[in-house]
Amino acid sequence: MSSHASTVHHSEAPKGWIRHYIFSLDHKIIGTQYILLGLSAVTIGVILSVIMRIHLAWPNAHIWGFANGVVSPEDYLRVITMHGTLMVFFVLTTVPQSGFGNYFLPIQIGAPDMAFPRLNMLSFWLTFVSLLVLLSSAFVRGGSPISGWTAYAPLSAVGEIAGPGQGLGQTLWVVSIALFCGASLMSAINFLGTTIDLRTKGLSLMRMPLTVWGWFITASLALLAFGVLLAACILLLLDRLAMTSFFIPSNSDVSGVLLNHAGGSPLLWQHLFWFFGHPEVYIAILPAMGIISHVLSTFARKPVFGYKAMVYSLSAIGFLSFMVWGHHMFISGMNPYSALTFSILTLVIGVPSAIKTFNWLGTLWGARIHFTAAMLFAIGFVSLFVTGGLSGIFLAQPALDLYLHDTYYVIGHFHLIMGVAAIFAMFAASYYWFPKMFGRMMNETLGKIHFWMTFVGVYCIFMPMHYLGYAGDPRRYASIESVHYLFRLQPVYMFISIAAFVTAAAQLFFYFNFFWSIKRGKPADQNPWRATTMEWSVSTPVPHDNFGGHYPTVYRGPYEYSVPGAADDFIPQDLAPEQVAKA
Amino acid sequence: MGSRKSCAGSAVPAVLLAIVILILVASTVYFHVAKTWWFPAAITPVGSQIDQQFFVTFIVTGIVFVLAQLALAWLVFRYRDQGRKARFVRGNHTLEVVWTTATLIIFVGLGVMAAHAWGEVHFGGPDPGALQVEVTGVQFVWNFRYPGPDGRFGRINPKDIDASTGNPLGLDSNDPASKDDIVTGDLYLPVGRPIELMLRSQDVIHSFFVRELRVKQDTVPGLVIPVHFTVTKVGDYEITCNQLCGLGHYHMHATLHVLSDSDFQQWEQKQEAQNAQNGQ
Amino acid sequence: MPRTSTIEELEIIEAGGGTKPPLPAGGDDDSPSGRSGMPQRVYVTGITIGMAAILMFFMAFVSAFIVRKGLGSDWRAFPLPRILWLDTLILLASSLTIVRARRFFARGNRESFRHWWAVTTILGLLFLAGQLIAWRQMVISGFYLATNASSSFFYVLTAAHGLHLLGGIVALLYIGRGKLRRLTFATATEVASLYWHFMDGLWVFLFLLLLLGR
Repeated sequence: MSSHASTVHHSEAPKGWIRHYIFSLDHKIIGTQYILLGLSAVTIGVILSVIMRIHLAWPNAHIWGFANGVVSPEDYLRVITMHGTLMVFFVLTTVPQSGFGNYFLPIQIGAPDMAFPRLNMLSFWLTFVSLLVLLSSAFVRGGSPISGWTAYAPLSAVGEIAGPGQGLGQTLWVVSIALFCGASLMSAINFLGTTIDLRTKGLSLMRMPLTVWGWFITASLALLAFGVLLAACILLLLDRLAMTSFFIPSNSDVSGVLLNHAGGSPLLWQHLFWFFGHPEVYIAILPAMGIISHVLSTFARKPVFGYKAMVYSLSAIGFLSFMVWGHHMFISGMNPYSALTFSILTLVIGVPSAIKTFNWLGTLWGARIHFTAAMLFAIGFVSLFVTGGLSGIFLAQPALDLYLHDTYYVIGHFHLIMGVAAIFAMFAASYYWFPKMFGRMMNETLGKIHFWMTFVGVYCIFMPMHYLGYAGDPRRYASIESVHYLFRLQPVYMFISIAAFVTAAAQLFFYFNFFWSIKRGKPADQNPWRATTMEWSVSTPVPHDNFGGHYPTVYRGPYEYSVPGAADDFIPQDLAPEQVAKA
Repeated sequence: MGSRKSCAGSAVPAVLLAIVILILVASTVYFHVAKTWWFPAAITPVGSQIDQQFFVTFIVTGIVFVLAQLALAWLVFRYRDQGRKARFVRGNHTLEVVWTTATLIIFVGLGVMAAHAWGEVHFGGPDPGALQVEVTGVQFVWNFRYPGPDGRFGRINPKDIDASTGNPLGLDSNDPASKDDIVTGDLYLPVGRPIELMLRSQDVIHSFFVRELRVKQDTVPGLVIPVHFTVTKVGDYEITCNQLCGLGHYHMHATLHVLSDSDFQQWEQKQEAQNAQNGQ
Repeated sequence: MPRTSTIEELEIIEAGGGTKPPLPAGGDDDSPSGRSGMPQRVYVTGITIGMAAILMFFMAFVSAFIVRKGLGSDWRAFPLPRILWLDTLILLASSLTIVRARRFFARGNRESFRHWWAVTTILGLLFLAGQLIAWRQMVISGFYLATNASSSFFYVLTAAHGLHLLGGIVALLYIGRGKLRRLTFATATEVASLYWHFMDGLWVFLFLLLLLGR
């Protein structure tokens, strides 16, 4: 990379509106497109969860858009399936990685763009098509599928006889996920290639911001995991359309029809799905961990505590994530001896997660904390991560999972640690990077109101779900009317629903703040947070090729805050040593 | 923003955060101690073992939860911006090693302890004299089959499955062993006797769950999965389905009646007599 | 320097070998002013990473194959289409011809490079034709896609491999056309041949799997 500093090429953005904003090759535009796609998906996903909560607390409530205004059991299952699929794939997988990663990875490593701009554009548009295909399932005969986001075979494999939505709707779901896999694979190649080859002079691996590490390891996971899901989707599609028997066993008698399939294995789908599915959990949370470390360090005005331990623990989580998929299958009928292996490995993966938590606390120790909205969300993340992580210790033990599996306890657990925690990281990222993306500040007061309502709200929603789990409340029940021991839980349902409405309403502060600030926000400096990484060294708005052809040289690690002897409490990564002002 | 910001503003969020986290910790501890929504009492010896493991895990994770959340609240309050410079610390190697080792020992230790209870459930077969009952999940009911006086389950022919003619399992009428099989919609078990359930499914995956037994097991089409236990308490308990199986998933429900030995024998005789009547 | 290279300048490019390509300048590398693209090494990195992804995709099928066969009471062995032996030889030969083509390229002999490059492409097409014949042979012996899990896997594996190889053929044809944007010929031929060898090795593996595991 030695030639970087010497040559100057400056390239202009393309002139046409379509080339500039729609079919753009610029990673910043593509990142923004991903974020907007995720924002649309999360909006639909939240509306669906509000529908669920209305239905669960007040089963006879009339809701617009449903036949006779009533949510039928199959409608409820359609809603949970779409909620899960949208949130996991199009929000948690897309926004922290493809959205913020696309926007900031090249800038943070001193590159002009992603390594393969065309592939990048193709990834986005394939994701877009995939989303359209998924949403279109709501408008076909039978409607959206009812088999949940995990689409367990044979329910997902035998077609319409298994229930409404299991016909064309389920087929569209499989096609959508297969397209999404393709898009994610291309995106992963791009992230890896960019990080490996396009780092600027002086940016050794151990000087990379932890955000970059998060995106890099996530891309490695995506690269190895999505190919497996793609293969599984192809086999499922063949079972559905071509009468093969990969997942459908002999002598299946569904709705009084004796099927012609023979010898397939329902557990095979689960193995393939969770081989993807567990790394997928980390695909959602590793970029979030990177973002949180970054934001905590900035507003604590301190270096990240144990940077190297952070890098190693990220890598360890990534590596171990491929060996723990069986913990989703403790009660599936899998070999009970392998369950023990998976159990121990799962508990071991808790260790690097605990290291991260300790280091986040260590970063706050002796800090000088600035309570910006971004920082509040980062602190909230740590609290959620502790809570959600500890409930995982229960689920990792097969003897305890025996009771808790597929109850509300699991819902509470994964929403806190994977869903809400990752969403908190996205909010932190939004408040943190907004000034760089749009040249204006988001309103801090609105941001704080948003934080307090959301932080209290999500705990009020998801903590009680653990208690429902203790009481043995199974998930994915459209109604509690058939099980007597569930009757007394109705007040808890109502409490959760009210908390959910308040939390959903709190998001309006974010929407308003986001769109209002794009036009009306206070104009932002180039480096409003006095941060050290390279996105704050380039001007705002960021030039088309990021550095205007003058590539920076990196002289130090990413989190040089409050260095003794320096005049400022931050030293940018690319500031030459002789330019650092002495105190 | 940066050091220009006055120190005054930052006490409010620091205090608020500390309060919210304190409320979280207090309420969580309260609901776990008061057991407002809780496990029903276990009715098998293995169930009590599982509860023991639950207890240990609650204590360990509870301590970590309280300490970590309180530490967060304290750090946030203590180190709010009060105008002094942040401490420049890059990390502490010894501390990293200590807490890595500590968590490794605690987590893996819990896992090893839990392995014991799991082994009780799944390793080692049932008592040789165990009462065998076949459990079949089908959208959206449970069927239970007893071998009858001959002690043998009859053959099943999938072509004969027809719920409308009273043969939901497809018992093969050509097999003499199937003639005396008892098929019911609720599960009746004698107290104090070893039981072995043979779990299967006719169509999609279901999951057999009885809270008080501490037993949950998916029923997978194409597989027969055995589960064994001994019940120690007479009573009625609810059986639910825990794996999404279609639109009627939520009402896939049956009852487990645990009877005293004599009641169970009476029930069995009544069923056999009924069966004999129907056979004529 | 415009980043459009043609095969005629390949000697010049080779002569300049060793110097790093010019600095990348913006994602919009084909803007009218003619920008240089990314450094050439990203394409080699990219294809290497891509091959890892493809390998995982096939390993998913292969492990499904092994698991499904292990369940086994209903597994029926199919007669392996005889033409697969010939096909395997053809693909192995094509790996040799692409090595040869690259060697001529390195020496700057563009006539022979083009020649052997074309031979490789044709061998690839022959392989695909052979795979179609193999499918016909399967059909004639009564094994359709859904006949048995064994034949299902046969069709899935050969189709997935065939489609990936078809991608390779498109790349060979594109390079053989003699005009490139963004990539130099040195890079393009390296990337294509890496992928080609990978497809070859993958096929040998799948062939052995089908031969021994059917």
